[in-house]
Amino acid sequence: MLEASRHLPTNILYLEGVTVSFDGFKALNELSIAIAPGELRAIIGPNGAGKTTFMDVVTGKVRPSAGAVFFRDDIDLTRHDEAEIARLGIGRKFQKPTVIESLSVAENLELALRGERGVFTTLLRRHARAARERIDAILERVGLATQRERPGGALSHGQKQWLEIGMLLAQSPELLLVDEPAAGMTDRETELTAQLLREISGEHSVVVVEHDMTFVKALDCRVTVLHEGHMLAEGTLAHVQQDERVIEVYLGR
Amino acid sequence: MTDSPRLLNDAASRWLLGTLALLILLVPVFSLAVPETSPFHLSTYTVALFGKYLCLALLALALDLVWGYAGILSLGHGAFFALGGYAMGMYLMRQIGSRGVYGNPLLPDFMVFLNWPALPWYWHGFDNFFFAALMVVLVPGMLAFAFGWFAFRSRVTGVYLSIITQALTYALMLAFFRNDMGFGGNNGLTDFKELLGFSLTSAATKNGLFVCSGLALIAGFLLCRWVVASRLGRVLVAVRDAESRTRFMGYRVEHYKLFVFVLSAMLAGVAGALYVPQVGIINPGEFAPLASIEVVVWVAVGGRGYLYGAIVGALLVNYAKTWFTGAFPEVWLFLLGGLFVVSTLFLPRGVIGLLGQRRRLPAATAPGGTH
Repeated sequence: MLEASRHLPTNILYLEGVTVSFDGFKALNELSIAIAPGELRAIIGPNGAGKTTFMDVVTGKVRPSAGAVFFRDDIDLTRHDEAEIARLGIGRKFQKPTVIESLSVAENLELALRGERGVFTTLLRRHARAARERIDAILERVGLATQRERPGGALSHGQKQWLEIGMLLAQSPELLLVDEPAAGMTDRETELTAQLLREISGEHSVVVVEHDMTFVKALDCRVTVLHEGHMLAEGTLAHVQQDERVIEVYLGR
Repeated sequence: MTDSPRLLNDAASRWLLGTLALLILLVPVFSLAVPETSPFHLSTYTVALFGKYLCLALLALALDLVWGYAGILSLGHGAFFALGGYAMGMYLMRQIGSRGVYGNPLLPDFMVFLNWPALPWYWHGFDNFFFAALMVVLVPGMLAFAFGWFAFRSRVTGVYLSIITQALTYALMLAFFRNDMGFGGNNGLTDFKELLGFSLTSAATKNGLFVCSGLALIAGFLLCRWVVASRLGRVLVAVRDAESRTRFMGYRVEHYKLFVFVLSAMLAGVAGALYVPQVGIINPGEFAPLASIEVVVWVAVGGRGYLYGAIVGALLVNYAKTWFTGAFPEVWLFLLGGLFVVSTLFLPRGVIGLLGQRRRLPAATAPGGTH
C-alpha cells in the first residue's frame, strides 16, 4: 500500500457495469461510477435506488453478480472481505450511528487508529505516545474534546455521528463512505457536519449518501443521482436539479 | 485509555485475590494442623467441597471471558470442562495399574469387563502425567478451535451459536455414553487410587488439590484480566457491542472470537482436570446440557463482564446448591430457574452490580465497561 501511494491513481474508486440481484430484484443495475482522488461526491436518489447496496458492494459486504469494482485503479475489491477492504483504506460510516457504547470516546478512537490489526499484536503491544496525540487532535477536530472519557453510549445522537466520523478519520482511509450523516441532526449540527466533510475531502476522497437536499447543497460538490440501481444523472446540484428525468423520479415528487 | 488502571476492577480484584490467598493459606491449617476434636477443624469432606467450588469458579471465569467480553453465549462450556476432566481421569485410571478389581496391569477394569484385548491407541501416553496435563488443555483447545473455526467464519452468532454449542455438548454426551467409545460408557472413569504417587484419600492430598485449585483460579483470573485489559480486550468489547462496526474498522472479528474461545476452553479444561480427582469420578453426565446452562446462571447471578463477578456467582450458587440439595432437594431446580429469572429481570449486572450501587462506586456503563 505504501508503494502504491507514491503515485496518484486516476480514480480512487471505479465501478463498471456493477449488478447486484437479490432473488431476481436488481438492487444495482449495471452501475458505473468513478470517483477521483480527493473528491467529495454526494450520491442521492429515492428509497430503493441502490445507495446502500452501492456502499455494501464497495466495502465487501455484498458481492456483485456482475461488473468490476476497482480501488486505486488496480485493486479488485470483489476479491476482498470487509476487514481487508477496511485495511486497504476504505472507511464506512453507517446510517445509524454505530459506536462502541461501553467504551469511552477516546477508546473508540483508539480502536479505529491506523495500525496492526492482528490478534497477537493487540494482545501484546500498546499504542505509542504519538497515538494519544493523534486521538487528541481528532477529538478537537470533531468537537468532542470535552467528552473524552465519556462512554460512547452516553453521547447525544449528533455527538455519536461525529464520533463515528472521528473514528473514520482515525482509520485515516483514502476513501470515506458516509451514509446519511445528517439524519436526525439539528440544523446547526447539519451545517457543522457539511463543513467538516468539506474540510476532510482533499486529504481523503469522500462519498456521501444523502436524502437531505439542504445538506447536499451545503456540501457544494458533484452529485450523482441513482434510480432503480443505475445512474440517472451526474453533475452539479443545480445541473441535476434541472434534468427532466431527475425531476420526474425524485425531486419533482 | 491505553494505560489507565481500571479502578473498580482493581479494588474488587484485589479484594478477591486477597480472599482467595487467605483461603489457600488457612484451609490447610484448619484441616491439617487443628486437631479433629477441635470445633475449628475442617473435615476433608469440607476441604474437597471447597476445592470443587474453586474449580467450578474457574469454569465460570472461562465462560465470562467469552460471554461477558466477546458476547459469545456458549451453552456448551461443560463440554470443555468434561474433556479436561476425562483427560485427567484417563491418567488416574492408568495409575490404578494392577490394583483394579481384575488386577490387569495395563487395562482399566471396564476394558477387561468388555473383553478388550489391548489398550486403544488414544489411551497411550496417559500413564505419563505431563502428557495427560498437556492433553487437559490441548483436547478442549483443539475442539474449540475446530468448532470456532467453522462457526465464526460462517458468522454464526447470537442464539444460533448458543444452540449449536448446546448441540455440541449433547452430541459428546451421547458419544461418551457408548461403551465402545472406550471411556467407560455410562459409569465413566472412577475408583481412582493416586495422583503423582499421592493417595487420593489422604487428607494431605485433598488439601494439596484444594491449594492447586485455588492457585489455578488465581492464575486464571490474572490471565483473563491481562487479556481484557489489553487492546485485544477492547476489541472484544467492540465485537460484543457492534460486531459489524468492528469488522469495518478492519478487525478480523472471527480471529478474535476464535482466540478467546480457545483460551476459554483451555481454562475450562484445567478446571475439569482439577475437579475430577477431588470428586473421584468423571462420567458423561458432565456433558449434560443442563450442566452447561447452570454455568451461565452462575455468571449471570454473579454479574457478567467483570471476571470476579463470575467467581462470586459460582461460589454463591454452588454453596446454595449444596445447602438446598441437602435440606430441600426437591426445590433446588425451581430455585435455580427462579434465580436466573430474578437476576435477569432485576439484577442485570448481578450481585456485583448490586454491591457496586450500594457502595456508590462509579457505575460501569455496561458489562465490561471501563469505568
